[in-house]
Amino acid sequence: MTGGSTTGDDGATAPSTGVSEKRQGWPLWEVFVRSSRGLSHVHAGSLHAPDADMAVRNARDLYTRRNEGVSLWVVPSSSIITSDPDAKGQFFESPQGKDYRHATYYTKSEGVKHL
Amino acid sequence: MTTTAAVEQIEAGEQLFNDLIARDSRIEPRDWMPEAYRKSLTRQISQHAHSEIIGMQPEANWITRAPSLKRKAILMAKVQDEAGHGLYLYSAAETLGTPRDKMSEDLIAGKARYSSIFNYPVLTWADIGAIGWLVDGAAICNQVPLCRASYGPYGRAMVRVCKEESFHQRQGFEILLELANGTPAQREMAQDAVNRWYAPSLMMFGPPDDDSPNSKQSMAWNIKRFSNDELRSRFVGMMVEQVEALGLTLPDADIRFDEETQKWEHGPLDWNEFAEVLAGRGPCNAQRMERRREAHEDGAWVREAAVAYAEKQALKAAQQKAA
Amino acid sequence: MSESSASATRITPGNALRPEDIAASEATPTPDVAEYALWLGDDSLILAQRLGWWISRAPELEEDVALANIGLDLIGHARSFLTYAGHASGRTEDDLAYFRREPEFRSAHLFEQPNGDFARTIARQFVVSHYQWELYSRLMHSSDATLAGIAAKAVKEVDYHRDHGAQWILRLALGTDESRRRMEAGLKLTWPYVGELFTDSAPIDAAGDAAVRPSALRTPFDEAIGAVLAEAGLEVPQVPQAVGGGRAGRHSEHLGYLLAEMQVLAREHPGASW
Repeated sequence: MTGGSTTGDDGATAPSTGVSEKRQGWPLWEVFVRSSRGLSHVHAGSLHAPDADMAVRNARDLYTRRNEGVSLWVVPSSSIITSDPDAKGQFFESPQGKDYRHATYYTKSEGVKHL
Repeated sequence: MTTTAAVEQIEAGEQLFNDLIARDSRIEPRDWMPEAYRKSLTRQISQHAHSEIIGMQPEANWITRAPSLKRKAILMAKVQDEAGHGLYLYSAAETLGTPRDKMSEDLIAGKARYSSIFNYPVLTWADIGAIGWLVDGAAICNQVPLCRASYGPYGRAMVRVCKEESFHQRQGFEILLELANGTPAQREMAQDAVNRWYAPSLMMFGPPDDDSPNSKQSMAWNIKRFSNDELRSRFVGMMVEQVEALGLTLPDADIRFDEETQKWEHGPLDWNEFAEVLAGRGPCNAQRMERRREAHEDGAWVREAAVAYAEKQALKAAQQKAA
Repeated sequence: MSESSASATRITPGNALRPEDIAASEATPTPDVAEYALWLGDDSLILAQRLGWWISRAPELEEDVALANIGLDLIGHARSFLTYAGHASGRTEDDLAYFRREPEFRSAHLFEQPNGDFARTIARQFVVSHYQWELYSRLMHSSDATLAGIAAKAVKEVDYHRDHGAQWILRLALGTDESRRRMEAGLKLTWPYVGELFTDSAPIDAAGDAAVRPSALRTPFDEAIGAVLAEAGLEVPQVPQAVGGGRAGRHSEHLGYLLAEMQVLAREHPGASW
């Protein structure tokens, strides 16, 4: 499932309400900002730009006016692949209840140092 | 998908939506949502975005006349922020399915609304102070609770806007403070601006609760968290305290704290005027729309050129790849 | 509202030489260096004033933001240069910006040119940013430490302006027939005022190693813009060069209106603080 999202960081648009006939507008891009070295790029929002070169420049102008970043990614919104929200159950049910994957599940070793 | 399966899916979606609202969790773009929720949010967020964009104009008019270079830089940065806030909000609205072009077209065609406050003229430099202090102050009061709006993208956009806007109100307050402590002419300018912007800023919270038909539903959906009158009263309380620090007065003899309700009360507001401005008969409605339309139309050839260039480059890249 | 370090909305003021730092410093230029600082400050101030008009009128909202960023950089440079210049005569940046008369300004005519359409604004910005980059990348080695410091910050910002200009030159020149026609016209209207930027005059000699000799910038400037224009399929306009005179206080007809608007409020309230 692909779709143009914006500030929705699940990277998907809602189903069209029928108003989005083809227009001459600039396409939509998602912007990711690395706020400092050692950290990941985090989704910051979206913007419109005619092409990738301008998108990354517009991202710089719009999303780093206050020193928010040291690096930027831009991705065409239409290129984002998202998990199907209608399949939430089948996608995300499995890890529920498997608490043996977490250190907190193991209580007998409590008090033992460096474990 | 069979019809029964589709119906079942919608029912499941509705169930999830209701659960999420009941748990005060967030709705995200691809979730099922009632059509009325989508419509109401699209209207509210796009109006909010339009307000930021139209709101650039009255202040931008003073960039070239700002009385010191520091103030010129601050004002330019502030008006630029408003463009940015408009963009954040359009982004949020787009996740509901309406492209930005469509929203811009509706604005230019006069089909969409924006905050009436921007249809008042900005006559003096002190108005720039009053706008920052009163208008942005009222906006912040309205916006802080919206950071928790049930629609995820709207809340996230508001978090960003609120962080950035904290300087807007302060710079307005400082402009007024300088003027209030300046020459008699400056002081007079400051008081005059506060007198003119006080009532319109109170009306920014919207009609009284008894007369605000959409509020109830909006609160039930966790979009709005407090009623118009509640926020207005809270704002009046803050202004009463701050105006003293300015050494100016609010043009309202009826302000008082009601011990019984524990709320600030203010004098009567001219809701007829509000309705007039809302109906397009404010002093600057036509001017603001004209300027927006002009910028849009004058820029059309630039936007088209950029699209044409991108298409040519893409074609060239494809040909090179094929060769 | 999370303040986590991974936030994409973390905001900080950053760390750079600000006009306020220069105002607080004791550094005082010689009269000749002060005159040179006025050249630099006035160029940026007048252009920032021009760009200020665009905000809320740009072809697209993203471009409103971009042009405002350039304008803000230029105001920053102007404030730093003017603050420093003023130290020689006990005047503030605002004394210089708001209370000098037209003949006391030192801006070159190019900076005073009207905005025209977006193509003309881009043409002017393209020329200015390349000129300023060549200038500041040398001025950062000035014998005057304050000028060097201002230039060291400005050169990075102006580098971005160069890129912004070049991107738009390409798009407008190679976009549609209409945009190409406008881009060519914009360049042609801009070009008569290019020569003045590279003209040496007595104050430059007087400022010595503190200043950068304008004539020395012409060749690298021509090479840099030539490369972009060639990529865009544009010719350097062959038009006569206008007689300048801005450095000596003889300005274009446009400056009077610009100053009238910029100074009107400050002059209504002489001695007031804002």
